[in-house]
Amino acid sequence: MADRGALPDVQRRSAAWWQDKVAQGLVLIGGVSAIVLILAIFIFVAQEGLGFLLKDLDLVEFFTSPAWRPTSDEPEYGILALMAGTASVTGLAMLIAVPFSLGAAIYIGEFATGRTREVLKVLVELLAAIPSVVWGFIGLSIMNPLIIDVFDVPVGLSVLNAGVILGLMAAPIMTTIAEDALKAVPDGYREAAEALGATRWQVIFKVVLPSAKNGLVAAILLGVGRGFGETMAVLMATGHSVNIPTSPFDSVRAMTATIAAELGETAQGSPHYQVLFSIGIMLFLVTFVINMAADVFVRGGFKLKGKRK
Amino acid sequence: MKILTTAAAALLLPLLAMSCGRAEGGGRNMIQNKGSDTLVNVAQAWAEQYREVNPDTVVVVSGGGSGTGISAMINGTVDIANSSRAMKPSEIDDATANGHVPIEHIVGFDALAVFVHPSNPIESISIEQLAAIYGNDGTVNNWSDMGITIPGLNDDEIVRVSRQNNSGTYAYFREAVLGKKGKFKLGSRDLHGSKDVVDTCEKTPGAIGYSGLAYKTDHVKLVPVVNADGTPVMPTVATASDGSYPIARPLFMYTAGEPVGDIKDYMDWILSDAGQAIIAKKGYAPAK
Repeated sequence: MADRGALPDVQRRSAAWWQDKVAQGLVLIGGVSAIVLILAIFIFVAQEGLGFLLKDLDLVEFFTSPAWRPTSDEPEYGILALMAGTASVTGLAMLIAVPFSLGAAIYIGEFATGRTREVLKVLVELLAAIPSVVWGFIGLSIMNPLIIDVFDVPVGLSVLNAGVILGLMAAPIMTTIAEDALKAVPDGYREAAEALGATRWQVIFKVVLPSAKNGLVAAILLGVGRGFGETMAVLMATGHSVNIPTSPFDSVRAMTATIAAELGETAQGSPHYQVLFSIGIMLFLVTFVINMAADVFVRGGFKLKGKRK
Repeated sequence: MKILTTAAAALLLPLLAMSCGRAEGGGRNMIQNKGSDTLVNVAQAWAEQYREVNPDTVVVVSGGGSGTGISAMINGTVDIANSSRAMKPSEIDDATANGHVPIEHIVGFDALAVFVHPSNPIESISIEQLAAIYGNDGTVNNWSDMGITIPGLNDDEIVRVSRQNNSGTYAYFREAVLGKKGKFKLGSRDLHGSKDVVDTCEKTPGAIGYSGLAYKTDHVKLVPVVNADGTPVMPTVATASDGSYPIARPLFMYTAGEPVGDIKDYMDWILSDAGQAIIAKKGYAPAK
């Protein structure tokens, strides 16, 4: 260490400069890798499924036929029932998750204070960390007999089962995002409303919620995206039956679950393999649109953007 | 665009290579054996026993369904594929085109048993009745349509339990019961394994399901199937081997090309008396 003073200034600066460059490079790789990976995945999925989707697949049959018999002698590739399955389960899940998560977010963000608030926040985040296969297991071994007992139906693996499970899965994430949206509302709004004599409920309902609207819609949309993409839990809880549901007790099959159950077992490049990738493209597009919509809402929507300036 | 495709390939190829690798585990010879869920228990028993016969050969067995094994054979990732249905000509062509000519070996026979809940009073079932329940054109949806009342059941809808569509059992059932061009009625619960089918039939009073005889338990009822002479036949190892049970099928193992070396030794041992004794013990009829 004695010769530290002997080191010329230029060289010292150069060491720091290199350090800076390396750090910059690492961060760049991190940033670019997300883009490269998403493009790579998209290209891979498109390569396997897009050609088939555009050329060989009867698109009318694909979207309007409920018959999914990919291994029959005359295979049928209709995904209407699969889409209905995914939509019904996600729809029910949102019916359950939206009131729960908004209520939880309002309580955590506006009412709870100090320790209660901290404990609740940690618990909600913990709930979000439960692996989906564990949720599926709960659906299979706890909800299934419960539904059979309570509603006197032959099988408890149904829209209801998967919807409840999926609702519980989506609620914690939606709560966290909704709470962030409420927190983003400036305290000055609340103080001004209170100064005008508004009650606490009026403050929340008339001032905080409308100002946080975009963030709340984004939270709900991300919940919908989560529901659409969830695989393991719906595979286990829906009953895996190709069926357009007419009641919550009907078994259904989701698009994701179909891919998960069948892809590993098809010959690469076969029509069945490619049609599963076509379903993958569908899912990719839907979640992409949902995430884009959520992003637009978070940024305040197109209309507001124009007004602000 | 080309750079991106290359990047994609560079990212994904190692993953593929990992999943396809045929490992040569430390001086021992590995045989990859995959496929039929019906055969998986027997295949595992064979693999375990064979360790004593030839400790230098390790047989790695996994299930997943006949379609899994056949796809793996076409993709060239297994040495032996188990299947409870014969490979289709198109599948043989695909495998041959990829450089693996599948050679068929019949290793046993299996009675495809029809299961119902123990409280179901049904005495026998005909192929026509099965087709009416499971077939796309079938009109039977309730137990009362067949004159059957299940005690203590309000909703007498038949809960059709089936298998996922890559299953050999599913394909054999379709061919044997619904005919070659037959189609399943949509809305059946398509379960992932033979054990799940039996399990669901045990727990669900209105259920009917089909699976390999070896999966029967004491808590489920086997339904005799009416054969061509009009006599109901109980599925057993004996009725499967003498052909009197109408829905019995051969069980196959496919090797990539004529077996040589370790794989030949293993296949010979499976078809020997020692190997065939094991399949008989597991509830299947031996090949010879």
